[in-house]
Amino acid sequence: MSILVNKDTKLVVQGITGRDGKFHTGLMNKYGTNIVAGVSPGKEGETVEGVPVFNSVENAVKATGANTSIIFVPAAYAADAILEASEAGIGLVIAISEGVPVQDMIRVTPILKQNGTLLIGPNCPGLITPGQSLVGILPAMIFKEGNIGFISRSGTLTYEVVNLLTLNDFGQTTCVGIGGDPVAGLYFIDLLERFENDPETIAVVLIGEIGGDAEEQAAQFIAEKMTKPVVAFIAGQTAPPGKRMGHAGAIISSGSGTAAEKIAAFNRAGVPVAKEPAEIPELLRKKLAELK
Amino acid sequence: MKIHEYQARQIFRDYGIPVPDSVLCYTVSEVEKAARDMNRMVVVKAQVLVGGRGKAGGVKLARTVDDAVAAGKQILGMDIKGFKVEKVLVADAVNISKEFYVGLINDRNTKSITLMASAEGGVEIEEVARETPEKIIKFTINPLTGLLDYQARNVALQLFGDIKLANKAASIFTKLYKLFVETDATLAEINPLVLTPENEVLAIDGKMNFDDNALYRQPKILAMREPDEDELQEIAAHEKGLSYIKLDGNIGCMVNGAGLAMATMDMIKLYGGSPANFLDIGGSSNPQKVIDAMNILLGDKNVKAVMINIFGGITRCDDVAKGLLKALEVLMTDIPIVVRLSGTNAAEGLAILKETGLPTVSSMSEAAKKAIELSKR
Repeated sequence: MSILVNKDTKLVVQGITGRDGKFHTGLMNKYGTNIVAGVSPGKEGETVEGVPVFNSVENAVKATGANTSIIFVPAAYAADAILEASEAGIGLVIAISEGVPVQDMIRVTPILKQNGTLLIGPNCPGLITPGQSLVGILPAMIFKEGNIGFISRSGTLTYEVVNLLTLNDFGQTTCVGIGGDPVAGLYFIDLLERFENDPETIAVVLIGEIGGDAEEQAAQFIAEKMTKPVVAFIAGQTAPPGKRMGHAGAIISSGSGTAAEKIAAFNRAGVPVAKEPAEIPELLRKKLAELK
Repeated sequence: MKIHEYQARQIFRDYGIPVPDSVLCYTVSEVEKAARDMNRMVVVKAQVLVGGRGKAGGVKLARTVDDAVAAGKQILGMDIKGFKVEKVLVADAVNISKEFYVGLINDRNTKSITLMASAEGGVEIEEVARETPEKIIKFTINPLTGLLDYQARNVALQLFGDIKLANKAASIFTKLYKLFVETDATLAEINPLVLTPENEVLAIDGKMNFDDNALYRQPKILAMREPDEDELQEIAAHEKGLSYIKLDGNIGCMVNGAGLAMATMDMIKLYGGSPANFLDIGGSSNPQKVIDAMNILLGDKNVKAVMINIFGGITRCDDVAKGLLKALEVLMTDIPIVVRLSGTNAAEGLAILKETGLPTVSSMSEAAKKAIELSKR
């Protein structure tokens, strides 16, 4: 088992003829992801990395039965691409595009809800179920099949921590990069719930960062609803207020959204928070030992 | 992106929100002329991109032209939280019966725009939110319909009681919503929104922030940008595809990815050092980016050591190493540099760096410890 993507994932790549779309189609293909179609208006009939290209998501879905989409189009067109996928009946959309205006995402959200479309991102590295399906730009070689669920707001910090997990023999069920934007799709609670219900996942590693209060909400959810152990890390403990740390969502405003508040919330929920990434495998080992 | 109060007032006026007259002044003689022309009680207000101007003495009421001149002399040139006051607004000081707060924000939790209103105006809304949250009315706006007239009226009625006054305020709320959406704002505040003894409802102070990701389609807003020195550096870095924020420490950091960059700063602090900056070189492997990044780091005179922390995913470690070699050729620096390369093509990258004699390590913790040690030499 796993969450969200697996062997049944039939992927359509929106923006497949662009530089990034083409490059990552190649890597995802190589990993074994079942990529059934690409979309690039005006290029129907062409192929990229052996994948047939269509003018619209609708055409791609009709011809191939695609059920999941990944979006590489430029930020200014990302909201449009997300809605196109949703209206074509795609159930899960992963938006990689970086720099999407917040109000575009606000306008998209209620329509996705109406259509029952799940969204991950934007500004995210995507997700992977090791051994089954890679839908994103994550470097495949660091992942390994196993029983740990993984959720993160960051990209390369995800790679850093997953690499440590794999080196310490903690393989993963599914790893999800939810992205660093203030208004995004599936978030900590949505994914914690899925991991809680996934029989193969035995514990979850959660990587948060400064800004907003999603970590505090996650802590409350863990305390109230989760039986599986969770280990956390929060990036940005030394970040000054009022400065946006790269991610649009990573900003401490008027004393809220600080790492200290998030760490305190996790500690209250019985979730150990690592002082540095290297400490995570050890905390996980301890938590799992407590279960026995 | 932030703008000054005088700029926010102009946007409010453009959208038909009633704002008292005001004149922007750069010199004391301009203040004198403005006060004389207005010929009534005025308020002289420092224009700086930071909150708490009133408490810092940057806002003064002036009953006479002489008072205004004295206030102008005091405020122009003063320092408010590290910001030098270069201009003041001389504004009509209207009589106030009551002060209110109204604001719009992008709300992460509801994934919508939220209208906030309170009868506790004129003070910092964060304070009200902390101490008496029940005094703030919050209304979540459906993005598909926008803020409807009856919704604005119902919120206004809770504040004003009287329907005539509520209608005046509601019209301001819907105008504020319109300008919020049309300018891609992330924050639009009127604080205070005032009721005058003549039963007028006016905006006498305004604050607006905008979405950096949307500036490409907001040329009018972008033209209002007045960056300070630190921000100029940040903007210049941004144009080169780098995300840079200057801090006060002495260990320069160059990292790929925002989360890892924050974690790197944290680790330097954890081991007793102090980071000089946040610097994310992003996802691509362009050697030029590494050169540009090194230029920025070494341009900071406080930097005593540099820690390069790369986890190669899409970014290839050998490309980073090549960029670093080129950078070192042109830069000729004696600042010590520690390099941590891991992930995609790390071995190739480390082989390239071998001839430079730079210390290389494989873990983040080691890199942080080494950089701190070198910074103390």
